[in-house]
Amino acid sequence: MSFAWAKQYQPQSAFTKWLDEKLPFPRLVYNAVGAGYPVPRNLNYMWNFGVLAGFCLMLQIVTGVVLAMHYAANQAVAFGTVEHIMRNVNYGWMLRYAHANGASFFFIVIYLHIFRGFFYSSYKAPREMIWLLGVVIFLLMMATAFMGYVLPWGQMSFWGAQVITGLFTAIPLVGEPLQVWLLGGFAPDNAALNRFFSLHFLLPFVIAGVVILHIWALHIPGSSNPTGVEVKQESDTVPFHPYYTAKDGFGLGVFMILFTAMVFFLPNALGHPDNYIEANPLSTPALIVPEWYFYPFYAILRAFTGDLTIPFTGIVLIPAKLLGVIAMFGSILVWFILPWLDKSPVRSGHYRPLFRKFFWFGLIPTMAALFYLGGAHAEEPYIMLSQIFTAYYFMHFLVILPIISQIEVPKPLPFSITEAVLGKDKAAEAPRAGTVDGTDAGTATDGSLQPAE
Amino acid sequence: MAINTADTSALSTDEGVRRRDWIHIAALSTAGVGGASLLFPLISQMAPSEDVLAASSTDVDVGAIQPGQSIKTTFRKQPLFVKRLTPEEIAAAKKDDAADMRDPATLASRTKEGHEDILITMGVCTHLGCVPLGAAEGENKGEFGGYFCPCHGSHYDVAGRIRKGPAPLNLKVPEYSFSSDTVVRVG
Repeated sequence: MSFAWAKQYQPQSAFTKWLDEKLPFPRLVYNAVGAGYPVPRNLNYMWNFGVLAGFCLMLQIVTGVVLAMHYAANQAVAFGTVEHIMRNVNYGWMLRYAHANGASFFFIVIYLHIFRGFFYSSYKAPREMIWLLGVVIFLLMMATAFMGYVLPWGQMSFWGAQVITGLFTAIPLVGEPLQVWLLGGFAPDNAALNRFFSLHFLLPFVIAGVVILHIWALHIPGSSNPTGVEVKQESDTVPFHPYYTAKDGFGLGVFMILFTAMVFFLPNALGHPDNYIEANPLSTPALIVPEWYFYPFYAILRAFTGDLTIPFTGIVLIPAKLLGVIAMFGSILVWFILPWLDKSPVRSGHYRPLFRKFFWFGLIPTMAALFYLGGAHAEEPYIMLSQIFTAYYFMHFLVILPIISQIEVPKPLPFSITEAVLGKDKAAEAPRAGTVDGTDAGTATDGSLQPAE
Repeated sequence: MAINTADTSALSTDEGVRRRDWIHIAALSTAGVGGASLLFPLISQMAPSEDVLAASSTDVDVGAIQPGQSIKTTFRKQPLFVKRLTPEEIAAAKKDDAADMRDPATLASRTKEGHEDILITMGVCTHLGCVPLGAAEGENKGEFGGYFCPCHGSHYDVAGRIRKGPAPLNLKVPEYSFSSDTVVRVG
C-alpha cells in the first residue's frame, strides 16, 4: 500500500535478512513510518497532530499502567490511595500529574487534529473510512476519560458519575433500569467504581486497536495535504523518514515543553479543586461541570430547557431532558455523516472562499463559545447563549455545509503539489496524455481520486 | 472400486438439499444458542448484587422533626428528604394543587392520610441526579419555597413538585408506611 515509486526495504545484515524472512517487522515499520512511505511534500504543522496523538496514547498507557500498581478501586480506600500515590509513592506525584494533564493534552491534540480535518476536508473521498474510524476513536476517548475521572472518588468524580449515568434515565421506558444496571446499584458506589476501573484499563487498548485500523486506512490513499490536490508523481512526495520524522520530532519537542510546563508548574490548573474532597453522596458541589474537554458537549446538553410539544395542545412529544441528551450525542454523531453532507469536490479550505468564511466566522466562534458556556453556571444569559450557539452548530453541519458545497465557486486549484510548492511543474506543461515518471499524471488534473497502489 | 468420498453429489436431492445440511444447521444452532446463553450471566453480573438489594429498607424516626424542619437521611445509598411542613406551607401547597405543572400532583397524593405534614421524598433531582438544596437551614429553597437543584437550575415547590427548570418529574416519593405514629419504614 504505497505509491509505485516508494523505496523498497533492503535488509543489510545477515540478521535482518533472516528476520525479514521469518517476521518482516522491520519491513512493516519501514513501509509505515520509514523511508518506504512517500508523503506529500507540502504538509504543514497541522499534520503533526496524528503522531502527537499516538504519543499521547502511549504516554497515557504507560503512566496509567504504573498508577494502577498503586491504586485500589474500592470506594472505601480509592481516595486514600490516590493521596498515597501523591505523597508516598516515589515519583507518584509526577506520574499522576502526567496522567491527569496527559488526558488534557491528548484532547488538545485531538481537537487540533479534528480541526485540521474540518478545514482541509480530510473526511472526503477517498478518506471517509479514516474519518469514521477517527470519530470512533474520539467516542472511545470520551468514555475512557470520563471513567478515569471517576477513579479518584472525589466529589467531582462521584457527581460526574451520577450526572453522566443519569443521562441514560432520559431514554424512555428502559432509562432507569439501564442506569441501575450501568452503576450496579441505585447510586454510584463500589460496584460502579470497580467496573469503571476495569473498563478504564481496557479501553485504551481498544483505542490502540482502532488506531491501527485508522493508520491502515490512511496508508491506502496516503496523507491528504494543504492543497487538497492528490499526489500525482514522485516530485509531489518526500519519504516519511527522514523528512517527517524530523518534522514530527520537532513538533514533539514543542509539545513536551508545553506539557512538562503544565505538569511541573501548573499541575492542577485544568482540574477542579472540588475533586480533592472525598465523594459525599449527600452533598452536591455548588457547580458540577465536567473536565474542560467536555464543555462544548455539556453546553449543548444544558441548552435544552423546554419540552418539545405540539403547540396549543400541551402534548409533550420529547421531554427537555431527552432532547438535551439526543442533541449532545447527535453533536458528535453528525460527524459520521459529514463526508456525505459536504459535497464540494474541493478539499482544502484555502480554495473555498465561502466555506472559509463560515468556518472562521461561524464554526470556530461557535465552538469557542460552547467551550466557554459549558463551564458557566446554569443561569441567564448563559442558557440563552448556549441555545443560540447550539442551533448554529447543527445548522452549520446540516444546512450550511450542504448548501455552500452546492453554490460555491471554488478558486482554481494548482495542477499538482509540485506546482503549489515550486510555482511551476514540468509535468503540467507536458502533453496531458503523456506519462510522467512512469505514472499517469495527465488523466487526473482535477485532483480527484487517484489510487495509490 | 474406490469410492470418491469428496464427491457428495449422490447425497443431494433434486432440490439441492443434502442430508448433511442438517448437521450444519444443528451444529451451528447449538453453538449459537450456547454462545448467546453465555451473554446472560455476562450482562446480569452488572446488575445490583444481592447485598446492594438487601440494603433497601430504612427506618426513620420523624417524631423529633419540628414544623418547617427537614432531615436528610439515606435510602439505598441515596439521599432521602423528610420534611415536616408548617400549616402555612400545607396551605400554600394545597393552593397550588390545581396550578399548571409539568408533572401534576396534589399534596394529598404525595403524603399519607393523617400525616399530611410529613413529606418524604428522594433527595435526587429527577433531571440528572444531583442533590437539591433546601433541606438544610439557610440553603436556597428556589423560587417556590421548596427545593432548588444547583446543577441545572430546577425549582421544586414545598411539596417537592417540579415547577421550573429542566427536571421532567416531581421529586420521587418512595414506597413507605408508618410503622408507628413517629416511625416510618421506607422501602
